[in-house]
Amino acid sequence: MLLTFYILGTVSVLSALGVLVCRSPVYSAMSLVCSFFCLGGIYILMNVEFVAVIQILVYAGAILVLFLFVIMLLNIVPTGESVRFNLPVLIAFGIAVGLFAQISGLFLGDIQFGPKDVYTAEAISEEGSIGLIGRLLYGEFVLPFEAISILLLVAVIGAVIIGKRRLN
Amino acid sequence: MIPTTHVLILSAALFSIGVLGVMLRRNVIVIFMSIELMLNAVNLSFVGFAREMDSMTGVIFIFFIIVVAAAEAVVGLSIILSIYRNRQTLNVDEYNLLKW
Repeated sequence: MLLTFYILGTVSVLSALGVLVCRSPVYSAMSLVCSFFCLGGIYILMNVEFVAVIQILVYAGAILVLFLFVIMLLNIVPTGESVRFNLPVLIAFGIAVGLFAQISGLFLGDIQFGPKDVYTAEAISEEGSIGLIGRLLYGEFVLPFEAISILLLVAVIGAVIIGKRRLN
Repeated sequence: MIPTTHVLILSAALFSIGVLGVMLRRNVIVIFMSIELMLNAVNLSFVGFAREMDSMTGVIFIFFIIVVAAAEAVVGLSIILSIYRNRQTLNVDEYNLLKW
C-alpha cells in the first residue's frame, strides 16, 4: 500500500511537471488529467472514496473538459514560448524551491495537533463515509452549503454574461 | 497506513510546482491549470490532516474547494475567451491595458 502511494505520488509530481514543460496547452491539459487521476488513487488509498470520486468526476471530467473546450475554441497554434535561464527564471526557481523547503520543513518538524475529533476510521466505516458526509453537509454545514450553491449560480450567470458577444 | 508527513510533503511539492508554473509560463491557460494544481495540493493536505485528526471537516472543506474551483474555472475561462476575442493572443505579457 505504501509502495502504491509512492508510485502514484511520483507519477502525479512528474505529470504536474509535465504541465509546465509541455509547449502545447493540449498536452499540458492531458498531463494535468494524469496528475488528477493519480491523486484520485491516493484518495482511495487514504479511505476517502467520496473525494476520489468527485476528484475524477468533477476535476478530470468536468473542469479539464472545459479547459480542452476553450483550447479547441481558441484554435491555438503552439507558440515558440521557450524558457531561457535568465535571472527572473532563476529567481522563480529559487522562490519555488524555497517555498517547498519551507513548507516541508514545517511538516517534518513536530506538528502539534489539536484535540482529536470522533470520526475514527472505524466510526466512518460503520456509518459509511458518503452517508456521514451527507449528514454533515445537510446538518452542521447547511448554511455554507446554501451559500456555495448561490456562488455556483452567480458563476454560471456571470460566465454566460461575460461570454456573450455584446450586451444591450 | 500511509504516514501523514509523506502526504503533506507530496502536497507541498505539488503546490510548489503550481507556484512555479504561475511564475514561469506566459500562456494564460497554462497559468490557469497551475492554479488548479495548487488547489489540488491543498485538497491533498486537507485529507491528510483530516485523517490524522479523526475529523470529517476536512472532507467537507474539499467539497467546498472543488465547487469554488469549478466556479473559478468557468468564470476565468469565459474571461479568457472574451480577452482573446479582443486581443488575439494568450500571452499574459501582452495583456497590458490596465498597466500603468
